[in-house]
Amino acid sequence: MLRFFISRLALLIPTFIGVSIVAFSFIRLLPGDPIMLLAGERGMSEERYQQLQALYGFDQPLFVQYFNYMTDLLQGDFGTSIVTKRPVLQEFLTLFPATIELSLCAIIVAIAVGVPLGVIAAVRRGSWLDQTVMGAALVGYSMPIFWWGLLLIIFFSGILGWTPVSGRISLLYFFPPVTGFMLIDSLLSGQAGAFKSALSHLILPTIVLATIPLAVIARQTRSAMLEVLGEDYVRTARSKGLPPRRVIGLHALRNALIPVVTTIGLQVGVLLAGAILTETIFSWPGIGKWMVDSVFKRDYAVVQGGLLLIAAIIMIVNLIVDVLYGLINPRIRH
Amino acid sequence: MKNKLTFAAALLAATVLSGAAGAKTLVYCSEGSPEGFDPALYTAGTTFDASSKPVYNRLVQFEPGTTNTVPGLAESWEISDDGLEVTFKLREGVKFHTTDFFTPSRDFNADDVLFSFNRQLQEDHPYHAYVEGASWEYFNGMSMPDLVKSIEKVDDYTVKFVLNRPEAPFIANLAMDFASIFSKEYADQLSEAGNLSDLNQKPVGTGPFQFVAYQPDAVIRYKAHPDYWNGKQPIDDLVFAITTEASVRQQKLIAGECHITPYPNPADIESLKANEALKVDEQEGLNVGYLAYNTKVAPFDNAQVRKALNMAINKEAILDAVFQGAGQAAKNPIPPTMWSYNDAVEDDAYDPEASKKMLEEAGVSDLSMKVWAMPVQRPYNPNARRMAELIQEDFSKVGVNVEIVSYEWGEYLERSKAEDRDGAVLLGWTGDNGDPDNFLAVLLGCDAVGGSNRAQWCNEEFDGLIQKAKTLSSQEERAELYEEAQLVFKREAPWATIAHSVVHMPMRKEVTGYKMDPLGGHAFEGVDIAE
Repeated sequence: MLRFFISRLALLIPTFIGVSIVAFSFIRLLPGDPIMLLAGERGMSEERYQQLQALYGFDQPLFVQYFNYMTDLLQGDFGTSIVTKRPVLQEFLTLFPATIELSLCAIIVAIAVGVPLGVIAAVRRGSWLDQTVMGAALVGYSMPIFWWGLLLIIFFSGILGWTPVSGRISLLYFFPPVTGFMLIDSLLSGQAGAFKSALSHLILPTIVLATIPLAVIARQTRSAMLEVLGEDYVRTARSKGLPPRRVIGLHALRNALIPVVTTIGLQVGVLLAGAILTETIFSWPGIGKWMVDSVFKRDYAVVQGGLLLIAAIIMIVNLIVDVLYGLINPRIRH
Repeated sequence: MKNKLTFAAALLAATVLSGAAGAKTLVYCSEGSPEGFDPALYTAGTTFDASSKPVYNRLVQFEPGTTNTVPGLAESWEISDDGLEVTFKLREGVKFHTTDFFTPSRDFNADDVLFSFNRQLQEDHPYHAYVEGASWEYFNGMSMPDLVKSIEKVDDYTVKFVLNRPEAPFIANLAMDFASIFSKEYADQLSEAGNLSDLNQKPVGTGPFQFVAYQPDAVIRYKAHPDYWNGKQPIDDLVFAITTEASVRQQKLIAGECHITPYPNPADIESLKANEALKVDEQEGLNVGYLAYNTKVAPFDNAQVRKALNMAINKEAILDAVFQGAGQAAKNPIPPTMWSYNDAVEDDAYDPEASKKMLEEAGVSDLSMKVWAMPVQRPYNPNARRMAELIQEDFSKVGVNVEIVSYEWGEYLERSKAEDRDGAVLLGWTGDNGDPDNFLAVLLGCDAVGGSNRAQWCNEEFDGLIQKAKTLSSQEERAELYEEAQLVFKREAPWATIAHSVVHMPMRKEVTGYKMDPLGGHAFEGVDIAE
């Protein structure tokens, strides 16, 4: 087991170097010079331009810049944003909890709703229920997130006034962040109504972000269930007179969940991609919006640092999933 | 449950807008996050709205709602006869903010002025490079290092700027955001604690509002400065709720989650005006969108050709399609809200037939040209691609074939500077300090050829007028020269002047005292909420 873990860990090093090269070079391949963008219509003299190039180290050959960047990185220095002049790691750590909070809520909703829907659709295969669920899943899967988010805001916040339009908590509540997770911080603050306000602000963005993973999970659960429901052991369980709920819940679903869990693992990437749009619509202060803004401003340090940090997180999640598989299913270890 | 939720939301909205415990809170749904809180480090209006406008004052300030300069932290100033020395008499008894991270022990004085400028001017100043990449872009962009020889403290309440040459717009420059006055005492306290960068994170100034907290990308909180020299503000708290999406800002305004918000979608303005809970203020922006010919390349070196092309452009159609009504046709290179705007200038009337004839007279036939379309949205040009297409269509009616080209924004700005550039460029400008020199010299002066003068146009008569105006200190005399310069400009037609944007500011009806800033900023000094 230890050998398996170490070999997986060792694989991360070349992957990380690969990601760093891609992150470093891609943003530089894009046309556009961050210094000229800072100057805008105003422009600047050639002399001043050279001065700023030197200040940011852009006057050096690319491989020297890369080497310097990696040297700093190994010492834990992710660089400084050209735009805000703040350390990248500090910005990331401030914003990341908001993204995690939203993503966690979304994936929980997607699982809690998607799995039962998939099971029902499979059990009632061909019925109107199955048709409706699968039709809705197809619609959900193809939903343009931006449009969907705006539509929900206009309907539920604008017309009905049920939910707040955007933000993480009502402006009435003000307390210093402790964990960065608003649900927890609002409880810790002890202010009456703060938790409820934070929760109500989460409703719409969670629905929007959960839509696609929910559809994927429901469809995956349905097809996995259909496969399992035809297996001999299910027929055996049925014929020995177990109640249907026990057959489906215990024998079928447990076995059907293996591919579903894999699918859920893969949704991490989908969530982060969806978070970019969801955060933009709901003014959610997370890393998605932060990354997009920095691409437009050609803020090299932020794009590189952000990509590396996100990649590192996904790699660690994958590592954990791999190791868990190894624990659950010994065949994978060998 | 539904009813409960509705009730809770309504209650919430009501309490947010009326403010808890009788305190008046104004919520401004801002369009983006500030880059930091030291306005001298940055160039974005969003950053100025959150830093220089609420937190700081300047020696000289713009009178709210105008581009006129009025006394700020300086009560008065004198300019020496040779124009090389400007002496400011400082206001006494001005208090800096007392916050939980700083308690001032003295009033504002000359040391604060020296600190605020010397940190930008002197390369060996401990605060010159206090954050990585500090480049003092506006200070440099307004040529302050070349202009200012030294800044001297005459006594505690008198400061003298010694200049290298007389420059009339200098006073207006000092009203700009980068010239905000910082507390030297606070900066000293930070350097003792080794926390220099806090100067950019936790601002302390003399302004109408003091900084309370910033949650990145989410909320900025301020409260009224109790000892503000110009009187305590009628509202107690000011909150910026950062909301980048225009449609979402609009929903928040309608739902009562904010009182006032900038930059509505042009298409939504009518419905906002129709909403009974809201009102929409409007004002011409201090900007101009133009099409700059390359006057160094034939046949555009001939003023008659340029004029003929100008007459082929149907500006009304552009205002409808591109500005969706939120624009005004431009005839001068400066906007109508700026002093010295020459309203007597007659625009080249839209007349394709006459245009065709003029082109024939100039011996131009089968002309093919490029029109450059910017890849980004700007207030002075919300959709350059569409504008270029309309111009293409207009020009085809007079027998001129247009190819539309575009580049990535940084590249566009850079390439369009080339003196041998092929084609006419769509671009524009937003004023920095409300001084006509900031448009005419920057965009059309001989010194700017190969740089921000995209028409590559150097006209001795025009340049003589604007250079002379720069050395005079009387605004009336200067205005006369600028008015004449605008006549020369129209006669020579280096640009087709297209439009000035009209800026809209939707707000709740109960908001009173808000004055739109022709310079494009958003300031809440003097704003109140009617009960």
